[in-house]
Amino acid sequence: MAILEMRGISKVFPGVRALDHVNLTVEAGEIHAICGENGAGKSTLMKVLSGVYPHGSYEGEIFFDGALLQNRSISDSERKGIIIIHQELALVPLLSIAENLFLGNEVASRGVINWPETFQKTGVLLRKVGLDEAPGTPVEKLGVGKQQLIEIAKALAKDVRLLILDEPTAALQENDSQKLLDLLLELKAQGITSILISHKLNEISRVADRITIIRDGASVSTLTAAEISEDRIIRDMVGRDMAHRYPERVPNVGEVLMEVTGWSVWHPEQTERQMIRDVSLTVRRGEVVGIAGLMGTGRTELAMSLFGRSYGRAITGQVKIGGKVVDTSTVSKAIAAGLSYVTEDRKALGLVLEEPIVRNITLANLFGVSRRGVLDKRRESKVAEEYRRSLAIRTPGVFQKVVNLSGGNQQKVVLSKWLFTDPQVLLLDEPTRGIDVGAKFEIYGIMNELAAQGRGVVMISSEMPELLGMCDRIYVMNEGRIVGELSRAEASQERIMALILKAGGKATSNGKAA
Amino acid sequence: MAEIAAQKTLGNHLGGHLRENGMLVALVAIVTFFLVVVRVFEGVDFLSAQNITNLFLQNSYVIIMALGMLLVIVAGHIDLSVGSVVGFTGAVAAVLTVNLDWPVAAVIPACLCVGFLIGAAQGYWIAYWRIPSFIVTLAGMLVFRGLTLWLLDGQNIGPFPKSFQSLSTGFIPDVFGVGKPNVTAVVLVSIGALVVVTLGWRARVRDAEFGMEQEPMAVFALRNLIMAAALIFVGWKLASFRGLPNVVVVLTVLTVLYAFFTENTVTGRRIYALGGNEKAARLSGISTDRLVFLTFCNMGVLAALAGMIVAARLNSSTPKAGGGFELDVIAAVFIGGASMSGGVGKIVGVVIGALIMGVMNNGMSIMGIGIDYQQVIKGLVLLAAVIFDVYNKNK
Repeated sequence: MAILEMRGISKVFPGVRALDHVNLTVEAGEIHAICGENGAGKSTLMKVLSGVYPHGSYEGEIFFDGALLQNRSISDSERKGIIIIHQELALVPLLSIAENLFLGNEVASRGVINWPETFQKTGVLLRKVGLDEAPGTPVEKLGVGKQQLIEIAKALAKDVRLLILDEPTAALQENDSQKLLDLLLELKAQGITSILISHKLNEISRVADRITIIRDGASVSTLTAAEISEDRIIRDMVGRDMAHRYPERVPNVGEVLMEVTGWSVWHPEQTERQMIRDVSLTVRRGEVVGIAGLMGTGRTELAMSLFGRSYGRAITGQVKIGGKVVDTSTVSKAIAAGLSYVTEDRKALGLVLEEPIVRNITLANLFGVSRRGVLDKRRESKVAEEYRRSLAIRTPGVFQKVVNLSGGNQQKVVLSKWLFTDPQVLLLDEPTRGIDVGAKFEIYGIMNELAAQGRGVVMISSEMPELLGMCDRIYVMNEGRIVGELSRAEASQERIMALILKAGGKATSNGKAA
Repeated sequence: MAEIAAQKTLGNHLGGHLRENGMLVALVAIVTFFLVVVRVFEGVDFLSAQNITNLFLQNSYVIIMALGMLLVIVAGHIDLSVGSVVGFTGAVAAVLTVNLDWPVAAVIPACLCVGFLIGAAQGYWIAYWRIPSFIVTLAGMLVFRGLTLWLLDGQNIGPFPKSFQSLSTGFIPDVFGVGKPNVTAVVLVSIGALVVVTLGWRARVRDAEFGMEQEPMAVFALRNLIMAAALIFVGWKLASFRGLPNVVVVLTVLTVLYAFFTENTVTGRRIYALGGNEKAARLSGISTDRLVFLTFCNMGVLAALAGMIVAARLNSSTPKAGGGFELDVIAAVFIGGASMSGGVGKIVGVVIGALIMGVMNNGMSIMGIGIDYQQVIKGLVLLAAVIFDVYNKNK
């Protein structure tokens, strides 16, 4: 019997159709995996289900236990036993395990907490998830793996009927992942239904009874355990036709411009965790180089550590630009060496939102519009005006606050800022994220133009078609390593996916051997 | 048709710039209010030459510190220690001049250095150790109040030599030798008014060139007319009394310097970017840590200057000097339109904010309103100004 049936779910954001008539049926007591590329719509679908997007903000119908579900909020869906565990854990680090388990759901009468009962119930829940910890231990003392189990215990405390896990093993070590998967199987035996979102095919084939594949906001297929095979999943995940969504360009690739060798970076807080492992790469003049890989594989960390060591610690390795070793130990030195970094998080890291366009454009090169430390505002305005024209930033004027611009125009402001530093190499991190189709095309055009000027362009993207359409060469990254390099002729979505998955499999077997 | 359009843009403009012009209007309104009320009930001229002089002498230290506090708040921080630093540097000045007989010419730079070091000591923990400024400067507030008591041994130290007193109570002599009215004062203020209007006009022309949103000609003219008239009026009044107080000259020079610094220099611009989005500023190659550090050093120097002016005005250093000043200063900055979250605020606004506080203090004292009601009213004015801001932003 189906415990959950989602019929014809559509969800539209301004300029983007995130979900397009998605159907999903989950049988009672099964583990149902959902698979798809980044941005395919998995998370949006789960947000619709869990009430983050309330009833009425989407089209379609959801039946839970045969009854129409009309969630107004997350707490509505939680009351019915639908509980989602997000990738970013929602625990309060300084509170104890017991306090976290019953947060917002306290064992209390008239507002006074019954501690003995709380601790006793906590003990029961911890045994259920196989954790041997004192209920009073602060959560921050536990590793990520155990914290993940606490999240599941928290769900159990709320009488969960449908448990949704969003990439639960993404941050876990191998043996922690195994424990978690074992727990899922155990919960299944107890009659709890789960939805598992995961990229890792070995996990899916181990625990899932059925798998639904989502692509471009639509459900492509639902396979049973017997039908699950790597080839089939990859084909369904990436198999879309490539229309002419990318501007024409004749590559004119010159000599090597930037050369990174032996680049290693460690996590800034978790000292034992190495984020980037011995990465070497080259960028040539006039070349657009892609870096492919799933989220969390270290692409952003690589770019930010190269750009003035803005990420990580104990960084080793060498950067050469134009044949000379350059010092990129601070952001201003990196800029002086000819590097630029366009961040994936425009609003939080790229722009001063409450300031006008003109001030954002000149921010990284204020000395370019000043004499002896005094700003020449006339020149500053002229510079901004030039970029407004050449990059076609659509705005009534350069004195508008950037917060009022659309995503595409904001991205053009960020690009203007970096162009004004006259960089040799631009590191673009998800340059088209959150931008509508038309503006994407314009951004691609700007990138091609930069390459034609003899600069090197490095493009990090989670969207494979974009990489295939734009790049002369693509590096594939997985778990902090470069696991493959494909020329434009060699590259295809299937080959990139295969490189990622095979590298992931290898890491798994290594982990087991160790 | 054209008239309606013009009216509409005028309305839009006033709506959009309610805050900036509203401050000026509020100041004018408050002054007018006291002018009438004080005349009717007390029979005193609120804008007499003597009272205007008093207004400046009484409030100079708030304005001076508010200039530095604006930078601190724009950078996204706060400094609660300035009142204690005022007391401490005043005490240092007293010990050096009165007890140790240092020449005034050496005492002034020495005190400014002390202020710099205090700012550096606090800024170090805030900038490089990322300890919240609220906590560091709260500690500083206690530490320097304690050190003031220790240095003065609980006693008042004074009097100061004449040359030190002139920091606060001195006047610019009339170089033209007329004396009354003081022609130098009239000439300097007239030049000042001319410069203000000229600079305003030049900025307006430049803005027009780059299609920046223009304030309607009527608003521009009215605003400049009010400012120039007020300046000349104040100058004339001061001239007919004892001339320009030294403090007013220091104040004016500092205000112009800081206005220029915040609006026209690379470093000033970077402080705004730092307060607006620290991470974006850092990723744009700005060493945000050093900038925060320097902001606090600057605050320390200005607090030291204010400390000396307060000591000179009282003609002695007392253990209680400067107590509660930090609240007046911070209130002036927020009334002047700065944002608690950083990145927003103008020097002109802060000076007007400080003047509003000062005029209210002075006016209510003349009317004989008790200190109890004064505090309540000042508190409500601060709250109203900030609510006005938030309301405008949400609208």
